[in-house]
Amino acid sequence: MSLYKIQAKDVCLFYHQEQALFNVNLNIEANQVTALIGPSGCGKSTFLRSLNRLNELIEGTTTTGEVLIDGVNIYDNDTDVVKLRKEVGMVFQKPSAFPMSIYDNVAYGPRIHGITKKNTLDEIVERSLRQANLWEEAKDRLTSSGLRMSGGQQQRLVIARVLSVNPKVILMDEPASALDPISTAKLEDLISELKKEYTIVIVTHNMQQAARVSDSTAFFLSGHLIEYQPTERLFVNPGDKRTEDYITGRFG
Amino acid sequence: MNDFRKKPGIDRSGIKEVFIEGLLLISALASILAIFLIIIFVFAKGLPLIAKVGVFKFLFSSTWDPVNGQFGIATMIAGSLAITLGALIWAVPLGLALSIFLSEIASPRIKGIMVPMIELLAGLPSVIYGFFGLVIIVPFIRDYLGGPGFSILAGSVILGIMVLPTIVNIARDAITVVPREYREGSLALGATQWETISRIVLPSASSGIITAIVLGMGRAVGETMAVVLITGNVTRMPESILSPVRSMTGNVVLEMGYATGDHQLALFATGVVLFVFIIILNALVSVGRKERV
Repeated sequence: MSLYKIQAKDVCLFYHQEQALFNVNLNIEANQVTALIGPSGCGKSTFLRSLNRLNELIEGTTTTGEVLIDGVNIYDNDTDVVKLRKEVGMVFQKPSAFPMSIYDNVAYGPRIHGITKKNTLDEIVERSLRQANLWEEAKDRLTSSGLRMSGGQQQRLVIARVLSVNPKVILMDEPASALDPISTAKLEDLISELKKEYTIVIVTHNMQQAARVSDSTAFFLSGHLIEYQPTERLFVNPGDKRTEDYITGRFG
Repeated sequence: MNDFRKKPGIDRSGIKEVFIEGLLLISALASILAIFLIIIFVFAKGLPLIAKVGVFKFLFSSTWDPVNGQFGIATMIAGSLAITLGALIWAVPLGLALSIFLSEIASPRIKGIMVPMIELLAGLPSVIYGFFGLVIIVPFIRDYLGGPGFSILAGSVILGIMVLPTIVNIARDAITVVPREYREGSLALGATQWETISRIVLPSASSGIITAIVLGMGRAVGETMAVVLITGNVTRMPESILSPVRSMTGNVVLEMGYATGDHQLALFATGVVLFVFIIILNALVSVGRKERV
């Protein structure tokens, strides 16, 4: 077993002829929040999506290199992508509850993985909603549509949905970019709580957010990983001129 | 400087705006006017006859004998419903499967070949379909399944082909606009592609899919030329799917050329019934749309 939860080794990603990631090497520790920052189009989201092989859904992408999760390369030929994605959950930019009841949203994952017993499902739904700090708001309206919730609630519902299948790693792709400040604060609190049990990788445009929630921060530029440091050090004393330019707002 | 003030004198651009708005309004009104004129005309001609014969008798009597003043269109309602139902029974599952394939599975290359072909299918004149049915389907049924060949079955086969593109085009649009986040959210939970399609994508697209089916049904009920050529057009209650039938549309087109007096009005009345069918179908679509969250 390796010291790191996730190890990316020489990850390159091509979209048709175009290269979007260049030899990214990044080690992510367990039970930490790792933030990926950088200007739009720098490859941070693409890198995030390479951690659960979601880039493959886009026609014409090829990935090379290795991503080890708990020491196992997820790009091996014998990887079961479906199982991988159960282990590595993902929260997207746009809060998108499925068009079904709150209960069914959370129960969707367990159901597709074969759990049918009502009692077990009830327990999972309650536990997941509690973990996502949504239980109090949702418990009296479990049968109403998830789409009737506010953006912030929907985003926590999506997190509950992810938690329902017991992932090891949670990937978040700009989870707060569509939320108001209060919902964002709730989400950030939640992230800090969740890292006790999960390893979290978060892409964010918001550098204050990265500074607030993350333990380590990686700065991406034009498909290259420029700098990877403990968050405090990266923001206070960046090692690279380009990082400094970015975090002080000189570009991006 | 007050640059945003109106210039003194004639406001040329303002006049142009008003003129264009007026023109667009007139165009919109013209098309609505056309619909109203048609409704008024058909109903004004048809309703008095239905009243004279009696609604119940007109709809449920199976005797159509214009010479002796017997106007019952039950056989034709049955005929229209039978061929429509027969067409939908096979065209809906096939059309849905095709839409799912085209929007979720097919590569861009295959899509590039299939989509224009399906659109071409939608654009073919109906008489071509009828002719195809007449020379291929009807003899085939006569030779291998029995009966006269002109039958509900022949009508269902041809109508099914005709409504397929309607169903596929609308259902495919409905499936395509399901947000990518739903698909990715489901796949990221470890769902397989089929689980994602069947449990997330199709339910999300259901109102559009229902619209597709209902509009396909509308097309089938209203189709005339192809049906006239292949269903035999007899005014008898069908006994099996190999029996010949006459559709409501067929009734109008076959007899309008020589009908006079009450007979002619009875054909308009058939049109009224058709009209009501279509209105009900369209209402179903709007209800289906509103029910979605």
